[in-house]
Amino acid sequence: MILQVENPVVEVHDLTVSYDRKPVLWGIDLTLPAGALVGVIGPNGAGKSTLIKAMMNLLPVSSGYVRIFDQPLKQVYSRISYVPQRESVDWDFPASVFDVVLMGRYGQLGLFKRPRKADKDAAMEALEKVGMQSYANRQISQLSGGQQQRVFLARALAQNADVYFMDEPFAGVDIATETAIIQLLRLMRDQGKTVIVVHHDLQSASEYFDWVVLLNMRLVASGPTDQVLNQELLEQTYGGKLTLLSKVGDLLRKQEFPAREKS
Amino acid sequence: MNAFWIILTGSLVATCCSLLGCFLILRRMAMVGDAISHAVLPGIVIAFMFTGSRDTVPMLIGAGLLGVLTTFLIEFFHRFARVQADAAIGVTFTWLFAIGIILISVFAGQVDLDQDCVLYGEIAYVPLDLIITEGGLSLGPRTVWMLAVVTLLIGAFVVLGYKELFLTTFDPAFAAAIGISTTLWYYLLMGAVSLTTVASFESVGAILVVAFLVAPPATAYLLTDDFKSMLGLSVLLGIIASFAGYYLAVWLDGSIAGAIATVTGIEFLLAFLFSPTHGKLRSQKRVQTISH
Repeated sequence: MILQVENPVVEVHDLTVSYDRKPVLWGIDLTLPAGALVGVIGPNGAGKSTLIKAMMNLLPVSSGYVRIFDQPLKQVYSRISYVPQRESVDWDFPASVFDVVLMGRYGQLGLFKRPRKADKDAAMEALEKVGMQSYANRQISQLSGGQQQRVFLARALAQNADVYFMDEPFAGVDIATETAIIQLLRLMRDQGKTVIVVHHDLQSASEYFDWVVLLNMRLVASGPTDQVLNQELLEQTYGGKLTLLSKVGDLLRKQEFPAREKS
Repeated sequence: MNAFWIILTGSLVATCCSLLGCFLILRRMAMVGDAISHAVLPGIVIAFMFTGSRDTVPMLIGAGLLGVLTTFLIEFFHRFARVQADAAIGVTFTWLFAIGIILISVFAGQVDLDQDCVLYGEIAYVPLDLIITEGGLSLGPRTVWMLAVVTLLIGAFVVLGYKELFLTTFDPAFAAAIGISTTLWYYLLMGAVSLTTVASFESVGAILVVAFLVAPPATAYLLTDDFKSMLGLSVLLGIIASFAGYYLAVWLDGSIAGAIATVTGIEFLLAFLFSPTHGKLRSQKRVQTISH
């Protein structure tokens, strides 16, 4: 069940990525539609983060290519934004929340130019969208996990890109932040942006995304959520582990426990 | 007048080193400065053997090339041989420094250089090497002029490249995703560190260079939460150390470079104990980070 689309926003052709000569992604052929909220789903070690990093050319690829808006990546940097995993940076860095959000404008500014008022306004506006405007001058080490995630999201929003890659934005955040983020992502999709999200929680996936990519080193499925999230394809993705997972899922749903991973 | 020139030399070195050191310590690469300052030795000797003179320009070129080679080798061993970064630094610079020592000892007769000069320098000799015009007018020490040019270059580099240096230091993955080359800015920064090290080693020696690269930025890091303030404060701390170190050395009748490095250490200790934000003897007023 790998559905290819006409006029894709992101086109991945025959992509193979290896670490230390061991392939972590094998022959991925993938197209993603415009204006969709896309979930990249698979078990741990399936290469989900690797896939979006390879799409942004952050990793050397062994074979294949990626085109965005039918152009090589180098020509569309300003239309792409990235929300890395929260743990990937040092939050004790001497910077304020506003400093970090303003970084979203650096790509458009070009060499030697300093941020102007329009850039500062855009950064402030992005902070308002994630409900963090009162934290603008706060030192980043004083933020909670959920607030850190909102700041990263605001930085991407400040860039006003067309395609957003997000690596586990829901990992280890509080429920209020998760709700706020998903509302924002839906808003972005409704404005015609494409949002590609690495996600590991199967339960919320069917609710959150309109397009799902199932990945386990190879591409298992890519298509509209209701056609892809079925027992058969999930079993192909997760192997035998899924029976256990679905049992736990059912159990949790019955008891109405919030099923979230702690970071 | 001698005191003025010596303190000015110290302050210029302190300014370059502190500015670059802020980026190095936040990249967890403080020891790269140490590595470069030692590994340039063979470059200096080779440049000397080719030109037969102690002219500044060939030495800057020779040492600068070795500095960039050092950073390249460190990256190479770390990335392709998969050795830990600190091990890659240790292997690279001791090896290059050792080659420099062999070169000096083999060509001892022809080379007017010794290890002591490279490691400890002698800031007290700075006022002796003057630039004198044909009319007999003294324009001040040669070293001061060279360091002034280097300081201007480093200052311009940090001001003009501020946002790229800041971003690639804080979040290289995001920088790469929006099209800012992390490799380019890494090598530009390392090139700047090489240039500073080489320009300073003759007057202040490798050890004071390392002290200036690490101690003032680390002290400023304890004193502020804002990166621009950290840059400014570390320069200020370096200049204060040059002044205080000079008079300490005069009072003790000891090594000036040693006294300046000692003062940078004392500054760090004071900040560690009394910093308003991180100080160990102050009550913790900061909001605790909530983790989920």
